Amino acid sequence: MMPRRLFPSTLLAGAAVALASNAQATELTVYTAVESDDLQKYAERFSAAHPDIDINWVRDSTGVITARLLAEKDNPQADVIWGLAATSLLVLEEEGMLERYAPAGVENLDPKFVDVAYRDGEDPAWVGMDAWVAAICYNTIEGERQGVPMPTSWEALTQPEFEGHVIMPNPNSSGTGYLDVASWLQLWEEDQGWDYMDRLHSNIARYTHSGSAPCSLAATGETVVGVSFAFRGARLKSQGAPIEVIFPEEGLGWDMEAAAIMAGTDKLEAAKTLMDWAISREANELYNEGYAVVAYPGVAQPIDNYPADITDLMIDADFQWAAVNRERVLAEWQRRYDGKTEQ
Amino acid sequence: MMAESFVKSATKPSLESLIRLLALLAGVALLVVGLLFPLLTMLIKSLQDRAGDFIGLANFAHYFQTPTLVNSIANSLRVALMTTGVVVGLAFLCAYGITRTCMPGKRLFRMLAILPILAPSLLPAISLVYLFGNQGFLRDLLAGQSVYGPIGIVMGMSFWIFPHALMLLTTALTNSDARLYEAADALGTPKWRTFLTITLPGVRYGLISCLFVVFTLAITDFGVPKIIGGQFSVLATDVYRQVVGQQNFQMGAVVSVILLLPAVLSFIVDRWIQRRQVAQLSARAVPWQPSPSPLRDWIFTLLCYTVAGVILLVIGTAVYASLIQFWPYNLSFTLEHYTFQGMADGGWGAWFNSLKLAFSVALVGTLVIFFNAWLIEKSEGYRPLRQGLHFMAMLPMAVPGMVLGLAYIFFFNQAGNPLNWLYSTMVILVLNTLVHFYTVCHLTSVTALKQLDPEFEAVGASLKVPFWTTFSRITLPVSLPAVLDISVYLFVNAMTTVSAVVFLYNSDTRLASVAVLHLDEAGYFASAAAMAVLIFLTSLVVKLLHAVLTHVLLNNAQRWRLVS
Repeated sequence: MMPRRLFPSTLLAGAAVALASNAQATELTVYTAVESDDLQKYAERFSAAHPDIDINWVRDSTGVITARLLAEKDNPQADVIWGLAATSLLVLEEEGMLERYAPAGVENLDPKFVDVAYRDGEDPAWVGMDAWVAAICYNTIEGERQGVPMPTSWEALTQPEFEGHVIMPNPNSSGTGYLDVASWLQLWEEDQGWDYMDRLHSNIARYTHSGSAPCSLAATGETVVGVSFAFRGARLKSQGAPIEVIFPEEGLGWDMEAAAIMAGTDKLEAAKTLMDWAISREANELYNEGYAVVAYPGVAQPIDNYPADITDLMIDADFQWAAVNRERVLAEWQRRYDGKTEQ
Repeated sequence: MMAESFVKSATKPSLESLIRLLALLAGVALLVVGLLFPLLTMLIKSLQDRAGDFIGLANFAHYFQTPTLVNSIANSLRVALMTTGVVVGLAFLCAYGITRTCMPGKRLFRMLAILPILAPSLLPAISLVYLFGNQGFLRDLLAGQSVYGPIGIVMGMSFWIFPHALMLLTTALTNSDARLYEAADALGTPKWRTFLTITLPGVRYGLISCLFVVFTLAITDFGVPKIIGGQFSVLATDVYRQVVGQQNFQMGAVVSVILLLPAVLSFIVDRWIQRRQVAQLSARAVPWQPSPSPLRDWIFTLLCYTVAGVILLVIGTAVYASLIQFWPYNLSFTLEHYTFQGMADGGWGAWFNSLKLAFSVALVGTLVIFFNAWLIEKSEGYRPLRQGLHFMAMLPMAVPGMVLGLAYIFFFNQAGNPLNWLYSTMVILVLNTLVHFYTVCHLTSVTALKQLDPEFEAVGASLKVPFWTTFSRITLPVSLPAVLDISVYLFVNAMTTVSAVVFLYNSDTRLASVAVLHLDEAGYFASAAAMAVLIFLTSLVVKLLHAVLTHVLLNNAQRWRLVS
């Protein structure tokens, strides 16, 4: 008698437990600037590994997401940031908005990709995912038609034949723009850096508000040369744009996409689980599908439209320097180039 | 009868008048919470340093010492004035064609002229690049000038502001007194003289009011200058540069305050003019009917349909852009861009969210705004409350969307704010959009209500019918055409708005209008155009339904209007 009655009730109980655990799936609010065409993939791979955590994405461009995070400082909405420029995370860290945590296996990562505090024995405030590299997008059809040769170096862009054919992002509006300026100032001495930009400025057709716009404009032939970043160039090329993605020989400025936990999140355990996964080998293989350089050594496979030696070209970027000097550099840039922008 | 009802309501401070007071207070509370408090939270930032300490006007001093920032004031004025000139000039001629000539196809022209309102501001920007960009098929028309700069800004803004001006000027030119023209005719006055001494003075208030509306819209617009403005910086893009580019909220607030000034100024002048307008129309005026004059009629037909042709060209270019593989290098046709592969979980989800938002704003907004306007117009007593409500209702027009969006973050996301739960829900998007487009709806409601005889309320009160019964049985049904106008206006704007909501949407409330921006940024130009076209078509369908509904209503419930 008993077992027979027990059987359906245990089944019910089991179903109830299953339902409950399903209902209890933790919902993490994740802020990101990862390209929207990749977001679905990131979420799917993660939930395959951790079905008990649901990700609610809030995605926008780097500038908008950073502004939102800072504006929400009093009462943060995000639990985790997954895929935002390290330079933005430095700003948030300075505001005390990040929770220090050393994800399991962080010691496996290339030290370049981990918050410097980790080297001093502290838990890192953020960990890097992949490198996001400056590049030039060059429209081959328009280049030939308008007699503009393919550039191989930053210096080439200052030659007379490029006059009026170069577009770059305004560092005051765009993180990519600041990345370019900061890398030129680090690549050469500061004086030489400004001297280079003075000469470049006379060839610039215009400065855009968005970092991907120059490459997009090169892709549609609105300009011949767009100073932008490699990821966008590679994507546009595979969409059928007649462009070459060029990595100037002097060296490439770069920033990284990074991840961090927001201080004060009430879902710390789930957030840590996400961070552990975000630096795993598996996650780095995922990043490598779009980015040639990733944080986990030995993972990166060469991908389309990127050269094999790209790591050698990346400059020894000092993010701290870029963050500390940002206001001063931007003011100087405005003084030099912004005043004469109207035609 | 009136006096009697006043006495009654005065001697009996009834439950009814208490409810009326509560309703008024609710209306005031909505705008205090949805507009005043957030704006103040934002404006206070302009007096603080980055650490949040009060520093007086130091930010403003810094602003005026930075030539590049001050430069934008002149730039903004320049493009806003140019746009005002182009738009008001063209709209005046077209409105004249509609009201004062016998040109054929007036109804069709009015329908075509309204189309730009239905499209997100990115649509003309995308089209202008295809038309006048370095690869554009009409670029030779610019004679070597670049479309990326003041020229492009003026063209893009003129496109979407034109319908607003046309509506205002058509209304102004409709009110004419035939007796004056008959007198002029009898005296043998030449036509040009009649125009200068009768027509122009008759519409001068409408014209000046239109000038200010167009100017305000042009100087606060952000979408067009951001996409096509190149490096030509205006105040609205400066807010973006400070806030999004440099996360400098304080300086962003300073620019916002400066951006508010011309808008507030033009708004005050406009109010002042509107007040003097009241005496203009005499009850004895006889509407003037144009008589055919072939040459004049053909000239205006040609002009109006040229304008309509340009509008169709811009929209058609966007449709074309959404249908070809990779412009300008692979011109084969495809429908693939309507699958929105560049979007994380498909663009259609965002489109559906936009529909939800638009329907909610249209439903809630129409009722709230019309009811509030009714409380202001048709209540006696509580004068300070009613005036306060009216003032706040007039304010949103002068507030740029981006300023309102940021202000919402600062206010609603404060740790101690009891309304915190609203943040990152659909509700806050509805509230924000409702407030953002409040002014025009309020003005439409007030105009409609002013046409109603105050006797309705007086009779209702003397029959001891509660005011809400009078409102729902008489006022609301009688004003139905205006109410429908408001709801369509809110729907269309909720579909296309970007600048405020870009700071407020959440993972499950992503919107189609924001998707256009994201797709464009990520280099999916054709998909961006496709989404813009989708938004346009959605608004068009709703607008057509509205036209049918209004037609049916006018034929049935509103038959009295036709008779009178």
